[in-house]
Amino acid sequence: MIRYLVRRLLLTLPVLLGVATLVFLLIHLVPGDPARSMLGDTASQEEIDQLRRALGLDQPLLVQYQSFLTGLVRGDLGTSFRNGNPVTLEIRDRLFRTFQLAFAAMFVAMLIAIPLGILAAVFRGTAIDHGAMTLALVGISMPNFWLGPLLAILFAVYLGWLPVAGTGSLAHLVLPAVTLGAALAAILARMTRASLLEELRELYVLAARARGLSRIRAIVRHAFRNSLIPVVTIIGLQFGAVLTGTIITETIFAWPGVGRLLIQAINFRDYPLVQGCILFISFTYVMMNLLTDVTYGLLDPRIRYD
Amino acid sequence: MIRVGLLIVVIAAVAALFGPLLTPYDPASQELARRLEGPSLSHPLGLDELGRDILARLLAGTRISLLVGLAVVSMSSVVGMLMGSMAGYFGGRVDDVISRVIDVLMAFPGILLAIALVAVLGPSLTNVVLALSVIGWVGYARLVRGQALRARELDFVQAARALGAGSGRIILKHILPTAMPSIVVQATLGMAGAIIAEAALSFLGLGVQPPTPSWGTMLDAGRSHLFDAPHLTIFPGLAIALLVLGLNFVGDGLRDRVDPKLAK
Repeated sequence: MIRYLVRRLLLTLPVLLGVATLVFLLIHLVPGDPARSMLGDTASQEEIDQLRRALGLDQPLLVQYQSFLTGLVRGDLGTSFRNGNPVTLEIRDRLFRTFQLAFAAMFVAMLIAIPLGILAAVFRGTAIDHGAMTLALVGISMPNFWLGPLLAILFAVYLGWLPVAGTGSLAHLVLPAVTLGAALAAILARMTRASLLEELRELYVLAARARGLSRIRAIVRHAFRNSLIPVVTIIGLQFGAVLTGTIITETIFAWPGVGRLLIQAINFRDYPLVQGCILFISFTYVMMNLLTDVTYGLLDPRIRYD
Repeated sequence: MIRVGLLIVVIAAVAALFGPLLTPYDPASQELARRLEGPSLSHPLGLDELGRDILARLLAGTRISLLVGLAVVSMSSVVGMLMGSMAGYFGGRVDDVISRVIDVLMAFPGILLAIALVAVLGPSLTNVVLALSVIGWVGYARLVRGQALRARELDFVQAARALGAGSGRIILKHILPTAMPSIVVQATLGMAGAIIAEAALSFLGLGVQPPTPSWGTMLDAGRSHLFDAPHLTIFPGLAIALLVLGLNFVGDGLRDRVDPKLAK
């Protein structure tokens, strides 16, 4: 198992390096001079030169790359151009809110999807199945930047049940979590249905039925447990989509997380902070995928020998 | 479902082509005195925050959405097919390099890389298409690579090679056609993805810039008027969801036909 873990970790390192390199190159894609772009047209040449020195843009590209990687290893992502704070600190302050939202969304998604997927599989080919799967397709097609405002109109504006934006109580978390979790719920419902149908064809389910178990008991006690393995994997793999989704959801609901920080950084042309946020989100995504792979390896030992 | 999907897509295409003929209003003309007015007989979907007809703007936005979808799918599929077939057919170093680039691009979740690219290149329609194509080709490349890996060992490909056909000819005439049904499915679903991504970027202020009508920018404008004019939010979102749903219906239907095992 340790060999498998080490191998997976080693395979991840080049990907992380590639991601870091691409993110490093981003700032050099800025048309013209990034320093001028950040300071605007009214800035003097002296101010621009000063910022270029501060960002290290006056150094040769390779030297910049080397110091970028060195900083990265030390956990130093540079300094925010807007307020002079270390980028790592800016991200750290918002980390909790982003993870709180992401996990709440995943919880909501599972709460909706798993019963829906089971119902669709149990009543396969019936109106319940068609209804559940159409609902899932609608969920996938409904962009969160529309669902969010719609939920806000209904539950905050018309019914007044929930706050429209901000943080402070559990009620503030409900609308953002449902908005973010809806698409995942749709994917999970389809996956649960497909996975459960696959298990229902297995002989052990037939054997359980032959022993006198009712169909519902055979499903709940035997097939459902095994059908969860691919569902758990999908939950892990979809974490990236949820993380990206936080960018829009946090913007809609003024949720003070890393996603909103990224959009604010883009609007202020705070490129070091943009770089930091992009790096943080993609690194988290890669590590989450690694964790999912390893968990899958633990759940199903055959995977380790692939 | 595929028929319902096709119907929605055809309606959207007609709206994009003949939009200006379907409404007497110009999408840019303003009636400030009637701003935020709700749906009425003269303006079936109401007026926006500058008193512009929402139906006229939605129809103009259909053109942008379909244009972005088609442009992204065309660019990504051509690049993806080229890269994927080269990686799968030649193998070795070529495969290693292309696969590593794919790995790195796949390490960015969703549209994060597109957001990053548009953030540095500047918000515009061209940059949105470029950014979405940069992330879009990877899906096609993975698909075609897998097909090419299998196809290069097949008898008819070996026979073509033995007859002296060049690599380019083998890829174009023998390998790509085997992957074509899956590519069409990927393109249909990819178009839905590109339309949502464009609207998302425009919603975040990183895509199409006002006053050009885009469904995403219309939704963004509606955000400030959730209390007093919810119709600004409801109609553009409905348009996006319907078109994407239509494309997903078509994509799902085609996938079931290409791979009947999935339909079970």
